[in-house]
Amino acid sequence: MIEIGLGHYLTLAAIIFTIGIIGIFLNRKNVIIILMSIELILLAVNINLVSFSIYLQNLVGQVFVMFILTVAAAEAAVGLAIIVIYYKNKGSIDVEQISSLKG
Amino acid sequence: MQTIVYILPELFLSAAIMFLLMLGVFIKKSFKLVSLLTILSLVFAIALILNQPNEIIKIFNESYIIDRLSIFMKVLTLSFCCFVLLSSKDYVKSNNIDKIEYPIIILASTLGMILMIGAYDLIIFYLGLELQSLCLYILASFKREDEKSTEAGLKYFVLSALASGLLLYGCSLIYGFTGSTNFEIISANLDEANMGAVFGIVFIIVGLAFKVSAVPFHMWTPDVYEGSPTSVTSFFALVPKIAALSVFIRFMYVPFINVISQWQSIIIFLSIASMILGAVAAIGQSNIKRLMAYSSIGHMGYALAGIAAGTNSGIQSTIIYLVIYLVMNLGAFGCIFMMKRENIFYEDINELSGLSKNHPMLALSFLIILFSLAGIPPLAGFFAKFYVFMAVIEVKMYALAVIGLVTTVVSAFYYLRIIKIIYFDKPKRPFAKSYDWGLKISLILSSILVLIYFIYPSILVDAVSSILIY
Repeated sequence: MIEIGLGHYLTLAAIIFTIGIIGIFLNRKNVIIILMSIELILLAVNINLVSFSIYLQNLVGQVFVMFILTVAAAEAAVGLAIIVIYYKNKGSIDVEQISSLKG
Repeated sequence: MQTIVYILPELFLSAAIMFLLMLGVFIKKSFKLVSLLTILSLVFAIALILNQPNEIIKIFNESYIIDRLSIFMKVLTLSFCCFVLLSSKDYVKSNNIDKIEYPIIILASTLGMILMIGAYDLIIFYLGLELQSLCLYILASFKREDEKSTEAGLKYFVLSALASGLLLYGCSLIYGFTGSTNFEIISANLDEANMGAVFGIVFIIVGLAFKVSAVPFHMWTPDVYEGSPTSVTSFFALVPKIAALSVFIRFMYVPFINVISQWQSIIIFLSIASMILGAVAAIGQSNIKRLMAYSSIGHMGYALAGIAAGTNSGIQSTIIYLVIYLVMNLGAFGCIFMMKRENIFYEDINELSGLSKNHPMLALSFLIILFSLAGIPPLAGFFAKFYVFMAVIEVKMYALAVIGLVTTVVSAFYYLRIIKIIYFDKPKRPFAKSYDWGLKISLILSSILVLIYFIYPSILVDAVSSILIY
């Protein structure tokens, strides 16, 4: 059995974070997937903070996580609202069709 | 209880936001009342901030700071927020975005910026940043039935949330490898051997560079500037830049000052890239809001050059640059708000052709502001660049100064092109006469300030010279 230490948690968080970033850039289909990727990034940060908090024996990290969770919820709400009004105007949320502004 | 006194401006603003929301709900058609009260509460908050003692105070477990930098930047934020609201009144009304939420959301995002400026702890900083950006997402897509505006909001949301995520990842690394979220403890525990924390600094710089729209994190700027309603664009171009730059200064010079050799080259790169892109990409633009976006990218490059210098005079030159940039952009957007015929606002540069024949005064103030943006002496824009390059040359970064001067010359081309269109092209139909005194006052004020700055440059220089970071 291997001992699960700080390094493992940090690696896990780094992997989830990278998946989130790649999800935003490689995704050519749907804006909802971008929303999910943003959540993944924030959750990776939370894993980081909680594991650091336990490693350092310092509660500040967990307090920070609570704040991030609430802000992430608010962010998702605002994001979904924007997606809804965009869909009303355009009739689709395909990422490739979001291109009326360029130059 | 004693510490409460020091955050009275913030407390007052949050109470005002809640009160105005209630007022807007219970009184029908109260847009005028709410926007008047918003401006009044901004003015009152400025008075409260100016009333604060003239010393460095750290409150709430040293997580919030009141010093010269924060007082100066807060006053700047609130007063330019006032000017933006005053100058865009006519635009807001004729574009049907005169809903009560509009001034209240602007007020809320201003509160977020003020918290960011005063933050001395990563948690407070993050909360201020998110309060500001959540409001900015809504503002960008405020014209709900307009496809462009909602698209701008969507793009801004996705990219800004990504930047916040990167910044937050950086914050978590910094917390983990230095053991604290407090800026001073971070600064004490940070050294170059601490690779994890240095890695975190890079993430934080990426997030901050996105907020000041420095290249290569500028992609959102032209689209959001073009798509969102012009009143919101002028807000975007002025107010969030103050908060972002002051946070930039605070981060680089308080927690990260010990590893200056690590971040200095990153800032120099951001600065050079922004100056070059701002100068080159604006040349082919025909939409004036898009052009202003590239121009603001270039100007942020010059402002970052002062931060890269790593001295007190560098920071002061950045702050002076910021103030002059704000005044110039207020005037430029004032001119854009004047481009109106029969309740339609125009954004194409060719609509300005022959402006000097129909509106000589408007053309003159546009001329002054554009010359100043291009950095032609003796206007204020020249002095702004002069201070920055002086600070850069003092620390012997000749390459940065030379590239800055070259890009100034290149960027002069597109400002002069607008002047050529205004003065030498065939006149089009005249614009509608404006009776909006708020717009007129801010336009006249900014043109005059830009024009006569060279008589008493010491007023601004003295006010800024008391801001010492380290």
